[in-house]
Amino acid sequence: MYRYDEFDERFVRERVAQFRDQVSRRLDGSLTEDEFKPLRLKNGVYLQLHAYMLRIAVPYGTLSGRQLRQLALIGEKYDRGYGHFTTRTNLQFNWPKLRDIPDILDLLADVEMHCIQTSGNCIRNVTADHFAGVAQDELEDPRPTAELLRQWSSLHPEFSYLPRKFKIAVTGAEHDRAVIKAHDIGLRLRRHPDTHETCYEVSVGGGLGRTPMIGKVVRDYLPKPDLLAYLEAIMRVYNLEGRRDNKYKARVKILVHEIGVEEFKRRVEEEFARLDGPSVNADPAEIARIAAYFAPPAYETLPEVSRVLEATKAGNPAFARWVETNTTPHKAPGYTALTISLKPIGEAPGDATSDQMRLVADLAEQYSHDELRVTHAQNLVLPHVRQRDLFAIWQKLGEAGLASANIGLITDIIACPGLDYCALATARSIPIAQAIQQRFADDERQRLIGELNIKISGCINACGHHHVGHIGILGLEKRGIESYQITLGGESTENAKIGEILGPGVAAEDVPEAIERIVEVYLTQRVGNESFIESVRRLGLAPFKAAFQEVAHAVA
Amino acid sequence: MAAAVKRPPLPAILLANDLLDGDIVFATAAPDGALVWTRDPAHALVAADDPAAERLEAYAANQLATNHVVDAYLVDVAIEGGLPVPRHYRERMKTLGPSNRLDLGKQAGEGIDAQSKRVSA
Repeated sequence: MYRYDEFDERFVRERVAQFRDQVSRRLDGSLTEDEFKPLRLKNGVYLQLHAYMLRIAVPYGTLSGRQLRQLALIGEKYDRGYGHFTTRTNLQFNWPKLRDIPDILDLLADVEMHCIQTSGNCIRNVTADHFAGVAQDELEDPRPTAELLRQWSSLHPEFSYLPRKFKIAVTGAEHDRAVIKAHDIGLRLRRHPDTHETCYEVSVGGGLGRTPMIGKVVRDYLPKPDLLAYLEAIMRVYNLEGRRDNKYKARVKILVHEIGVEEFKRRVEEEFARLDGPSVNADPAEIARIAAYFAPPAYETLPEVSRVLEATKAGNPAFARWVETNTTPHKAPGYTALTISLKPIGEAPGDATSDQMRLVADLAEQYSHDELRVTHAQNLVLPHVRQRDLFAIWQKLGEAGLASANIGLITDIIACPGLDYCALATARSIPIAQAIQQRFADDERQRLIGELNIKISGCINACGHHHVGHIGILGLEKRGIESYQITLGGESTENAKIGEILGPGVAAEDVPEAIERIVEVYLTQRVGNESFIESVRRLGLAPFKAAFQEVAHAVA
Repeated sequence: MAAAVKRPPLPAILLANDLLDGDIVFATAAPDGALVWTRDPAHALVAADDPAAERLEAYAANQLATNHVVDAYLVDVAIEGGLPVPRHYRERMKTLGPSNRLDLGKQAGEGIDAQSKRVSA
């Protein structure tokens, strides 16, 4: 894992001291709310529906046991004993008091964490594939790139007042688990077919929200050493020409859409040619220094398959089901990447109590080389687990209510906090997720349905990624009540696609039945081992629309 | 955080977030008649006519300017069982707490003394 050097340490500590002073000036009246708001937002402090909210950056979703234990402590001491993991792989506390926040930031700095750039019109927390460094389909670990971008973008003077927020994601694998096509910039490490050098495929202009767009490729093979200069060229074109008159049209996706991808590319290439690359690009020694932090841990030499694991699975069907659902093949023989579901039936997706955080921190230290990951799907990953240790981990997770065998299944729902917490929300998300989970709680039925991603947002801003859910649910207000619009066919992978609306919105209580009808169409019409999304691709929207509209019209 | 927003239909109450804690607070009348803040929505002063609403608006402006609260605005209410209940579900959430965590927020009696604690749907 990356460790702060003296510059990182001093930078974060100075920022805490600065914010402590800003809070005290706000409290003594020297700063008005209008003056203070942009300052607090730059430090991750929002004012939400019931209280302040603090958003803590988890760079590229990577945490150590010590860091997660510190988050547990903060949750217990300054909040209500739980936190919420978000689709940006950050952690949010829902109830901090403004007067306590400088102390919380000090506790975070003690474990090399902060809240800088988790809000505001700047480059936000850079995310990466949650199986970075361990996935079998990976060409190269994306985290050194993500860390380089974190350092480059932190308080970058030119990019601190962008037209709007800006999100970057990186993957080094064939299969996109980082939703790179729904980011302002998406980077994919790939090999050049002729030179065989590792390059970046650069996509720009993806994004969800009010105007969802899939990112367009602007460079197929960007040489790795040119990364910062090329990104700086993109940022400059955006900063100069992105709209500032209308916040809904201020994202780079709108600029790319309005001038067209070819013209956007031309302007970026022009700027890139003008830039003094060597002065912008990172020193190769610095790149090597960063990369060294992400060297694989010292794996034991183990057989490909653990006999202990196979024997335990044979004697315990529930355990076997969990292993089948929640583990991912690992580069190192005898190891696995374990996803811990934060979607137990009936709980808020992505929430974890301080006790649960401590348990996962212990497990990371004991069984996963002191490393864990946060996924954009609001789950946690122990990336380096010996297969033979899975049973012990499963037992401990079970005692804490964290052994749900549902990763990728219909109850592994992404949901934003929605109107239960969020001041921007137009409808609730969490109770909708809970009702769907209850409806599909049966393990066997979930397995029968197979992979199916439901994603729920409580407003048009789409923090719950509903546009790219196989089934997306958007909560809106319609004539003074909550109404839910359902979309179908979205995908968040390398086949990224925006889902299409099935029909009129339905009331909260009718959502589970609507989902049921959609699933029934799939179960009756699927061919062979076809997954839900494969069936949707083959069948098109029509049969699903017809089934959905029966529900919509029955309740209209 | 501008205080001047369009006045909602009456009757209405004034709510805000406490600057220090972020908690939702409601304008209420102290025994001497002066306006003060309470954390209990049951005690919110209901403005039924324009002069009463203007008084709440003036209090909001004063309290924002003197840095006691943030995001203060009037909310139209219905009177149910003698208590003011916001007509819109968003503001109703503010008087209750997260609907998935009935153990948290005003619905759990946080910041509200036991005698005046009310039961809300």
